[in-house]
Amino acid sequence: MKQQNLIREIFSGNAVIPIFAVVASFLFGGILIAFANEEVQEASGYFFSRPGDTISAVLNSVVGAYDALFRGSIFNYQASTAQGMIKPLTETLAFATPITLAGLGLAVSFRSGLFNIGAQGQIIFGAMFAGYVGLSFELPFLIHMPMAVLAGLLGGALWGGLVGLLKATTGANEVVVTIMFNYVALLLLTYLLKTPVFQAPNQVNPISSPVAESSRLPGILGDGFRLHFGLIIMLAMVVAVWWLMHRSSIGFQFRALGYNPSAARTAGINIPLTYILVMAVSGGLAGMAGASQVLGADRQLTVGISATFGFDAITVALLGRNNPFGVLAAGLLFGGLRSGAVLMQANQGVPVDIVLVVQSTIVLFIAAPPLVRSLFRLPKPKAVQA
Amino acid sequence: MRLELKGITKKFGDFTANDQIDLVAESGEIHCLLGENGAGKSTLMNVLYGLYQADGGEVILDGKPTKFAGPGEAMKAGIGMVHQHFMLIPVFTVAENVILGHEPTKPLGFLDVEKARELVREISSRFGFDIDPDAVVGDLPVGVQQRVEIIKALISDAQVLIFDEPTAVLTPQETDELMEIMRQLKDEGKAIVFITHKLREVKEVADKITVIRLGKVVGQAKPSDTTEQLASMMVGREVDLSVNKDPANLGEASFQVQNLTAFSPSGNKVLDDVSFEVQRGEIFVIAGVQGNGQTELAESILGIQDKVSGSIKLEGKELLGKSVKKVLDSGVGFVPEDRTEDGLVADFTIAENLMLDRSDRPPFAKGIQLQLKNLHEFAGQKLKSFDIRARSIFSKANQLSGGNQQKVVLARELSRDLKLLIASQPTRGLDVGSIEFVHEQIVAARDSGIPVVIIATELDEATQLGDRVAVMYKGKIVGVVSPDTQREELGKLMAGISA
Amino acid sequence: MKQSKKTPIALIVLLLAASLIVPNVGGEQLEVQIATRTDLFPIPNIILPSQGFATVMLALMLAMTALSVYLTFVRNKKTPLIAVIAFSFGLIMAVLAWLFSGATMTFTTLLAGSLALAVPLIFGSLSGALSERVGIINIAIEGQLLAGAFTSALVASVTDSVLLGILAAMIAGALVASILAVFSIKYLVDQIITGVVINVLIIGLTSFLFSTLLADNISLLNQPPRFERISIPLLGQIPVIGPVLFNQTLIVYLMYLAVAGVFLALFKTRWGLRLRSVGEYPKASDTVGINVFRTRYMSVMIGGALAGLGGSFFTLGQVGAFGKEMTNGAGYIALAALIFGRWNPVYAAMAALLFGFALNLQYALQIVGSPLPSEFLLMLPYVLTVVAVAGLVGKVKGPAAAGKPYVKS
Repeated sequence: MKQQNLIREIFSGNAVIPIFAVVASFLFGGILIAFANEEVQEASGYFFSRPGDTISAVLNSVVGAYDALFRGSIFNYQASTAQGMIKPLTETLAFATPITLAGLGLAVSFRSGLFNIGAQGQIIFGAMFAGYVGLSFELPFLIHMPMAVLAGLLGGALWGGLVGLLKATTGANEVVVTIMFNYVALLLLTYLLKTPVFQAPNQVNPISSPVAESSRLPGILGDGFRLHFGLIIMLAMVVAVWWLMHRSSIGFQFRALGYNPSAARTAGINIPLTYILVMAVSGGLAGMAGASQVLGADRQLTVGISATFGFDAITVALLGRNNPFGVLAAGLLFGGLRSGAVLMQANQGVPVDIVLVVQSTIVLFIAAPPLVRSLFRLPKPKAVQA
Repeated sequence: MRLELKGITKKFGDFTANDQIDLVAESGEIHCLLGENGAGKSTLMNVLYGLYQADGGEVILDGKPTKFAGPGEAMKAGIGMVHQHFMLIPVFTVAENVILGHEPTKPLGFLDVEKARELVREISSRFGFDIDPDAVVGDLPVGVQQRVEIIKALISDAQVLIFDEPTAVLTPQETDELMEIMRQLKDEGKAIVFITHKLREVKEVADKITVIRLGKVVGQAKPSDTTEQLASMMVGREVDLSVNKDPANLGEASFQVQNLTAFSPSGNKVLDDVSFEVQRGEIFVIAGVQGNGQTELAESILGIQDKVSGSIKLEGKELLGKSVKKVLDSGVGFVPEDRTEDGLVADFTIAENLMLDRSDRPPFAKGIQLQLKNLHEFAGQKLKSFDIRARSIFSKANQLSGGNQQKVVLARELSRDLKLLIASQPTRGLDVGSIEFVHEQIVAARDSGIPVVIIATELDEATQLGDRVAVMYKGKIVGVVSPDTQREELGKLMAGISA
Repeated sequence: MKQSKKTPIALIVLLLAASLIVPNVGGEQLEVQIATRTDLFPIPNIILPSQGFATVMLALMLAMTALSVYLTFVRNKKTPLIAVIAFSFGLIMAVLAWLFSGATMTFTTLLAGSLALAVPLIFGSLSGALSERVGIINIAIEGQLLAGAFTSALVASVTDSVLLGILAAMIAGALVASILAVFSIKYLVDQIITGVVINVLIIGLTSFLFSTLLADNISLLNQPPRFERISIPLLGQIPVIGPVLFNQTLIVYLMYLAVAGVFLALFKTRWGLRLRSVGEYPKASDTVGINVFRTRYMSVMIGGALAGLGGSFFTLGQVGAFGKEMTNGAGYIALAALIFGRWNPVYAAMAALLFGFALNLQYALQIVGSPLPSEFLLMLPYVLTVVAVAGLVGKVKGPAAAGKPYVKS
C-alpha cells in the first residue's frame, strides 16, 4: 500500500512530466519520419497483401533516423577513430552553448514576469558589438578577448535594456516590443553588413572579415573540434544566474516583481529600475551567446549569426522551468537534437526541420501536464485545496 | 415562486465550504442570509445560480427538483443575481450590458439597439432611476452601476432575486434607497435573498433570517432579536463588538498634510485640497464611501500617486515627491487596502514576505548577498509574536487564511522603526477573531506614541477605532468630527452634505 | 483636464526629420505616372519640380505642426485627426519626392501592388482581431498563414482547383488555431508561449513535408494554378481607383468582404457583442448564460480560417509555389497592424495597407535605385508598432481579458 503510494506520487508529480513529454514528442517525430519515408510509402501500397513489409519499413526508417540522431549527438560507435567517436558529444556541447546562454537570459526575465521574446535580436546585438571589437582593434589576447565578450554582453544588455526602459517609462508591452525588435535588429545587421562598418573589403556578399586572432575564444580540445571557451563561460553563467536569482537581493527583487509587481512596489522596490535591470541582465546573457558565436564558433559576422538560437532559447527556458540547472539540461538536450539532426539528414535523408517539430511538441506537452497524463494514462495528482 | 435549497454541500479539495445547508425563499418576502466573511454565503449563492456545481443536495423550485448546469439555466428558471463584484463590462454601454445574454435582434442577428434603450428606460422609470442607456458603464459612479446591475437582473423577469453583499460600496443614504428598492421588489411579489454580514441592515429589512457559520446553518433568527444576539450567533461566541482602548495620550502634531491635490491618469481631480494634522498617540480615521479619494490619499503619502501637489510632512520632513523606499525609510508603516494584491507576494514564503521591504540591507543582506540565516531567525520570532498560524516560515502566503495574511503584513510593517502608521481598511474581509487582533495591534501602535491614520469604509469601525473621524467625499475632507457623532450626521457627511 | 502634449511633440520631431531630407531632394524633375492601360480615358504623366514640390509639402507639415502646437498649448484642445492626416500626407509625399526624384514613379501601379501585398497582412490581422477580441492572444498568426500557404499549394496542385485550395487553406488555418485554442482554453497554457511554439511547430512541419514530399514531386504537388485577375466591369476602368481596387484577384475581393464582414459582425451583431463581452470580462458573460469556452473556440477558429485563407495569397497569388518559411514574418507584421489599428478590423486593415505600401515601395525603389537602404523601409512596420505601443500616438489598450484563461470553479 505504502509503496503503491510512493509510485503514484512519482508518476503523478511534476518530475516525470518532462520525461514523458520528451518520449511523446519523439514518438510523434517518429510517425512523421515513417510517413515521409519512401520505403514505407512503397510498402504501404501493398499493405494488405504483406503488412509485415510496411511494419518493418516503418521500424527501419524510425530506428535508422534515431540511431543517426544518437550517433550525431552523443557517441558515434561507427567512427574509426576515438576522436570521431567523441566528436558528436563535443558538437552537442558547441550547439548547447549559445542556446543555454540565451535560455538563461530568458529564464531570468520569465522569472521576473517579463516576457522577453527578443533573445534573437539581443543575440544579434551582442554579436555586432563583440564583432565590432573583434574586427576593429589589435590588442593583446588577455585584454582583447575579455573586452570583446564584455562588448557582446553590453550590446545585448543595451538592446534588452531599451525594452525595459520603454516598459518602465511608457508601459509598452514587452512581448510586442521584443518581437518587433528582433526584426529591427536583423535588418540593422543586414544593412551594416553591406556597409564598410562590417563588410569585408572586396566582398560582394554580406559577410565580415574574420575577427582578430586575439579576440577569439580559444578552442578547448584542439583544432579537430569546434568546442571553444564559450562553453566554460556558459557553465559559469549557469551558476552565476542561480546565485543571482536565489542568493542575492537583486534576484529576490526580480522574483518579487515577477510574482506580484504591485506588492513589490508597495514594499519600496523600484519597479521601473527593476524592469530595466531585468531586461538588461536578460539581454546581456543573450548578448554573450552572440559573442560566443562570433568569437568562438563562426569567427565572423554573417546575417545568419543568430541562427534560430533565440527561439530555441524560449523553448529551452520553458523546458528548464526557468531554473538555471534545468535550462542547462534542456540546452544540452536541444544542442544534441541540433547536432544529431545534421547526421540524420546526411545519413538518412531526414530533413533537419524534424528537430523543430520535436522541440515544439516537447514544450507543448510540458506546458500541458494533463494532456501528457491522459496520453500515458498516468494517475492524477491529489487535488490541491482551492 | 418558492425556492428551496435542501442539504446543499460544496467542497473545494479538503475544505467544505457548504455543509448540508437548507434555505427557503418565498415570494413576497426578504430572507436574510447572515454570516461572517468566509462563512460560505457567497459559495451557496453561486451554487444556486449555477456558477458552481454542488457536491450534494438539491435545489427545489416550486416543488420541482431542478439542476442548473450554468447561470443561463438559472436565469431562465427565473433567478436573478446582483453580484457583490458587479458583472458589468466597463467598456460597454448601459444598454449593451443590460441586454447581454438575451439581446433583442433584427434579422441576421443584428442588434436592435433602439429596443435595448427602450428596455432600460422602461425599468428605470419603474424604480425612479435616472440612467442614460448610452452611458459607458465604466464612467458611472458605483452606486449607479449597482442600479444597472439590478436592471440587468430584472430584465429576464426574475422572480427570485439574490443580493450578494450589495451595500459594501454604498453610502448610508444609498443603502437606505437600496432597502427601499428591495421592499418595492418584495411588494411586486419577488422572493428576495439578501446576503450580508451587517447586522443593522438585517434588522431593518429582513422578514426571515438564516445564520450560517463555517459552512453550516446554525439557526434561524428574528429581526426583533438584539444586535448582540445576532452577533453571537454569527460568530459562535459572545462578542464584544467595541474596541478596547484607553483615552488617547496626545502629543504634538507630527504628521501634517497640506493642500494635497491630485489628478487621475485620465485627468480627473481625485484629491481636492486635502489638509489635516495628526497628533502623536492619536488614531485619525478617514471615513467615507469607497472611491472618494481615500485610496489616492494613502497612495500619495506612500509616493505612488502621480500628479500630486501640496505637502506631506512627517516630523517636519517633506515626504511628497520622494520614492516609496525613501518614504518607508523615513518611518512610515503602510498596510494596503488589498493585502493579496499590494501587501503580499502570494507565491513567496512567509519568510520572504517578511523581508520584502528590506531585502537589500542588513540584517537581511550584506552587499547584495542575502543573509538567509538572519531572515529565518527573524521570521521564526514574528511567527510566534504575531501568532501567525502556519506550518512553518516556509509556508507560502497563499496557503494562509485572510487573517493570517494580514498578520504577516502587520508583522512586517510594524517591525521597522515607525513614526507613522497608515492602514487602509485593515480588517476588510476578516473574521471577527482576526479583526480583534488587528484592532489591538493598531491601538498598541497608537499607544507607542506615533500618529496613526486609518482609512475605513464601515462606519462602526470608524467610530470605534478613531479618536477623530474625518469624512471624505469626492476627494475633499468634508468634515472632521468626534467619534461619538450621530450616525445620521456622519451619513450626511458621507453623502457630501456638509453640516 | 490637460491635453496630452504627445501629438505636437511627435509632429515637431517628424518635421525636423523631414526638414533634413527636403534640402537633399535633387533639383531634377519628378515624373508621376498615373495612367494604366485599362483606363477609360488617357491621363498624361504629371511632371513636378521635385525640390519645389517637396518644399510645398514641408510647408503643409509646418502649418499642421503650428496648428497642433497652438491648439495644445494655447487653447488646450485636442489636435484634430484631419490635421494629423494632412501632416502624414505631406510627409509621405515629401519622402516620395526625395526617393523618386529624377525617375518616374508609377503611382497607380505602386498603390495596386501595395494593396495586393497587404492582403495576407489584413487576413492575418482579422484573425488576430477575432482571437484577441474574445480574449485569446494570437501570436500564432504566422503559423496560420504558413499552414494556409502550404495546404493551398498542395491541394490546389493536386485538384487543379483554386477554390479547393482556398478551402483547404481555411481548414488548415482553423486547425492551427484549434491548437492555440485547446492549449490556452483547455490546458490553460500561457497564450504567448503557445503562440510562439505553434509557429515553430508549423515552420518545422511545413519545411519537413516540403523537403520530403513536395520537393521531389514538384509538378504533381507544388505547381498550383494561380489566382486570376478579375476586372470588375466599369469600376475597373476608372483611373487610379479602378486598377487599385477593382482590377485585382479573387482573394483581394474576398478580403474586402472579410474586413466588412468581421467589422459588422464584431460591432453590430449579437454574436459580436457576446464575443467582445467574453474578451473583456468572461465571468460577466458566464453569469448571463453565455458559453465562454464555446465562444472562444468558435471565434479563434474562424479567425484561423481567415488567416489560412490569407496564407494562400503567398502560394496561389504571389509566388505560384510553396517555399520553406515563405511567410517570412508576415504574421508578426499582421500582429503589428492589429495593435497599430487598436484591435479594430478596419483600422487594422488600414495599418496593414500602410505596411504593404512600405513593402512595395521597397521593391519599387530597388528598380529606380534610391538613396534609402531598403532595410529601413522594411523596418517601418516594426518601428511604427513600437511607437504605437509606447503610446506616442494615443492610448493603445487591448481587450481587458486577453491573455487570461477563464477557469470555472
